[in-house]
Amino acid sequence: MHTLIQEIEKAAMRADVPDFRPGDTLKVHVRVTEGNRSRIQVFQGVVIRRQGGGARETFTVRKVSYSVGVERTFPLNSPSIEKIEVVTRGDVRRAKLYYLRNLRGKAARIKEKRDF
Amino acid sequence: MSTQRKGVLGEKLGMTQVFDDEGRIVPVTVVQAGPCVVTQLRTQEKDGYTAVQIGFGQIDPRKVNKPRTGHFEKAGVTPRRYLVELRTDDTTEFELGQEITADVFEAGQRIDVTGTSKGKGTAGVMKRHGFKGLGASHGTQRKHRSPGSIGGCATPGRVFKGLRMAGRHGNARTTVQNLTVHAVDAEKNLLLIKGAVPGPNGGVVLVRDAVKGTGK
Repeated sequence: MHTLIQEIEKAAMRADVPDFRPGDTLKVHVRVTEGNRSRIQVFQGVVIRRQGGGARETFTVRKVSYSVGVERTFPLNSPSIEKIEVVTRGDVRRAKLYYLRNLRGKAARIKEKRDF
Repeated sequence: MSTQRKGVLGEKLGMTQVFDDEGRIVPVTVVQAGPCVVTQLRTQEKDGYTAVQIGFGQIDPRKVNKPRTGHFEKAGVTPRRYLVELRTDDTTEFELGQEITADVFEAGQRIDVTGTSKGKGTAGVMKRHGFKGLGASHGTQRKHRSPGSIGGCATPGRVFKGLRMAGRHGNARTTVQNLTVHAVDAEKNLLLIKGAVPGPNGGVVLVRDAVKGTGK
């Protein structure tokens, strides 16, 4: 990649993204604009994948809302994300947690990571 | 109609994505536009038309032939690799040796971008002309990407001229009209153009303001 493009991508990247990986539970504070008013909406769920690299990296958060699975994919460096909060660290063995889509209730829980 | 068109030669550096004011992703092509230099002015009296010739790109002066060297000397500039002419009504605002940079354009402006498309070699009719091909099933035998019939039998007894067939594809001058300038970086001479631009990374492109849509 050309160095000037790398500079543009670097400028578009945010420095305040916390360290998280698939299996973690996040609170994503999203800026929602309705008409000319903007407010913050929180989307809380489990990260099931991180995809892409550099300025175009995205991550997908899954939650079950009124027994309906909802997945939302955010660009990691999007300016419409107010902040990302890591709620819990998950202990998983895979990078993509697509198997969660077929599980419900107790089976869809993720073990919390214990640091010793 | 006025033909006062602005233009600049540049190098396509590649594509990336940036965010706009509303946080949406915009795919952009980064073009290093200029610095170009005016090498000749075409006038009505001498040439029968008015235009401005601009040059772009570094070249080793030893590699420039004698006639070209003289041409650049006359304009009082160092030799450039590429030359193009831009038709304008009025050449008085240009002078020999004047520098033209990316800041002739502004963000939000509509532009046309001309370049040489990537060569595809010998290509079939589906890739070259967008034919649909023949059926994938229903007994089609080894003809899935073929054009089908190319004409009648005894009448007319020949294949019409200009019928679209397989052959060399790409590596031709291509213009994409009505692209939008997303941002201009005058310091680094960069143009961020929304969407794709013809040619490979490192290819030379000519960026001009849009010929259409100016009548509003």
